[in-house]
Amino acid sequence: MRYDMSLPWWAWVLMCVGLLAFIAMIAASIRRNNGVKRSLFAAPYTLWMILFTIVPVILIAYYALTDASGAFTLDNFRHFWDSNYAKNQLYESLGPEAAAYITRGTVNVDTLVYSLWMAFLCTLICLLLGYPAALFMADRNMKLGSSLVVLFIIPMWMNFLLRTIAWMSLLEDQGLINQFLRMIGLNGVQLMYNSGAVLLGMVYNFLPFMVFPIYTVLSKQDPKLGEAAQDLGCNEIRTFTKVTLPLSLPGVISGITMVFMPSVTTFFIPRMLGGGNSMMFGDLIELNFLSEGNWNVGSALSLIMMILILVSLSILRKADPNGEGGGML
Amino acid sequence: MKLRKIALLIVVTLFALLLTACSTSTPDAASPTDAPDTAATPVPVQSGNVVNVFNWEDYIDESVLEQFEQETGIHVNYMRFTTNEDMMVQVEANPGAFDVVFPSDYMVERMLKKGLLAEINHDNIPNAANIMESLRNPSYDPNGAHSIPYMWGTVGILYNTKMVDEPVDSWGILWNEKYANNVFMMDSIRDSMGVTLKYLGYSVNSRDVNALEAAKQKLIEQKQKGIVKAYQVDETKDKMVAGEAALAVMWSGDAQYAIDLNPDLAYAVPMEGSNIWVDPMVILKDAKNMSNAEKFVDFLCRPDIAQKNCEAIWYSSPNSTAIELMGEDYTSSPVMNPSQDVIDRCEFFNDIDETFMPIYNALWKEVKNAK
Repeated sequence: MRYDMSLPWWAWVLMCVGLLAFIAMIAASIRRNNGVKRSLFAAPYTLWMILFTIVPVILIAYYALTDASGAFTLDNFRHFWDSNYAKNQLYESLGPEAAAYITRGTVNVDTLVYSLWMAFLCTLICLLLGYPAALFMADRNMKLGSSLVVLFIIPMWMNFLLRTIAWMSLLEDQGLINQFLRMIGLNGVQLMYNSGAVLLGMVYNFLPFMVFPIYTVLSKQDPKLGEAAQDLGCNEIRTFTKVTLPLSLPGVISGITMVFMPSVTTFFIPRMLGGGNSMMFGDLIELNFLSEGNWNVGSALSLIMMILILVSLSILRKADPNGEGGGML
Repeated sequence: MKLRKIALLIVVTLFALLLTACSTSTPDAASPTDAPDTAATPVPVQSGNVVNVFNWEDYIDESVLEQFEQETGIHVNYMRFTTNEDMMVQVEANPGAFDVVFPSDYMVERMLKKGLLAEINHDNIPNAANIMESLRNPSYDPNGAHSIPYMWGTVGILYNTKMVDEPVDSWGILWNEKYANNVFMMDSIRDSMGVTLKYLGYSVNSRDVNALEAAKQKLIEQKQKGIVKAYQVDETKDKMVAGEAALAVMWSGDAQYAIDLNPDLAYAVPMEGSNIWVDPMVILKDAKNMSNAEKFVDFLCRPDIAQKNCEAIWYSSPNSTAIELMGEDYTSSPVMNPSQDVIDRCEFFNDIDETFMPIYNALWKEVKNAK
């Protein structure tokens, strides 16, 4: 199916309105800052944002709200709720025998729920692993702390696709782990092609995004605060729960955001480590775009996911109004 | 004042960029290639003594192109694509840019429906007489009037003889619980649905709702019983070489590649039949270099050239004279040279267009979503 990229007049109007609004926002901020100079520095980034964030989002919205011929429709969202929507319509036209097979398809909703659940688990595990690690790294009495920071950074020099493929050669039935197990006389275990492997891959890839925001906040914390708490009679545990933890919350929130978002949208990891056995929402969007060639439904799914992420972001923003964690864009 | 200027600048740049980016998307037809003959011109030269060829990635012996240039003095503008759908977009967007194209069988059918193909003038392509009898009247192009086969192959089961001790002669083995967690299925709608339909005794092109729903049920059952280890496409051949699974649904070319690397592997086309596919050469109706295109197609049908190409990529050759030249090497391989009996029980894919494909798509997603 060929997609004509020329847009109807109202899409252009929509885009212009979006742009004008954006320019107005910039103008307002310039006025607030009482000068032009400072905001001049932001111009390249603003242009970048408009081209690669605002315009694509508008395009996604355009495709989500139109059909293949470019006419306005809300059907794409019906496709989300009922993944069999197009099939059912064809079945209806094929007569009673086919009509007997009409059922609501739950694929899209199921996949979304599964993705959210996996992302939740991933975030939780990252938090449980990452917080103590950050605490350790930020502790000035620990000599190893700074080398740990380096150890966390080194794997990130390598592309994450390569690292994921490397996990495959570890986890496979004929992989290194199983070869070792068999060498010491144990039976091999199946590690690949299940949700556990997907979760492992996600945690492995996203853990640094949890550790670093927390580490940054913790290392900036004045050690005198802890000393003061102890002078005033707090034991170690109460110092942590009353002082360190509350003060590190912005980092935690930022970490949660940075891990949760890519977890929901990931699609390479479930395909490689999960063997395509359970689709995640990213896989589904990719399937709609590339395999089915249905940009409209694919865009609608993307839009739904973006809205979900926006909602969760705004909830988090409430918890961290000053954005001290630095994770908010 | 300054503020207004900046805003203006931003808007102007933006719209200039937008206009170039969105409105006239002229895809550069040629995917950049490393072949010496392509030069660096993304847009094919349309004048002069040239022929514009659009073929699959990794699907020819490149030295053949040089040989053609030396023998005929015709410059080959060689461009590559990776999927049929990509190719179609390029061909439709750039009329007159390509002379010879290599679509798959069902794509030939779609291109015929759209009236894109020129009729083959066999007088100008005498070497087409080398094409084997069985492929001269394919279902996708009656009487082979618009296409000449280039390569072909089958879909079958690649299995590891060390892990499978019974004969592999039925698709049913993919549902045998003995091989739980030991089967790679193909992450491809038509192929996976196709083999299941065949197993259940239907056509790979079935449009019968009962057949399709039954096939879906069968695939879900296979998944829920834990027989499927993974759904993948490109990774499978290397995983099979490494001994990761006992059985895999696979294309014959990939199977031959895997068998060459691991002699424990073997390939079978089950008795229920399977899909047989052909990648033919076609000449486009709006070709600018018609006679050069005919010369090029004729050249590729020449037995010694067909042999070179076949030995470079190890798919099945439709060129019976080339097969004679290759002799034992080729004929002893049941993968590349299946018996007539195997060919007879296989079917071509028909093009399933947008009016029916949503059914296949929805069924496949339900399979993938089954827990």
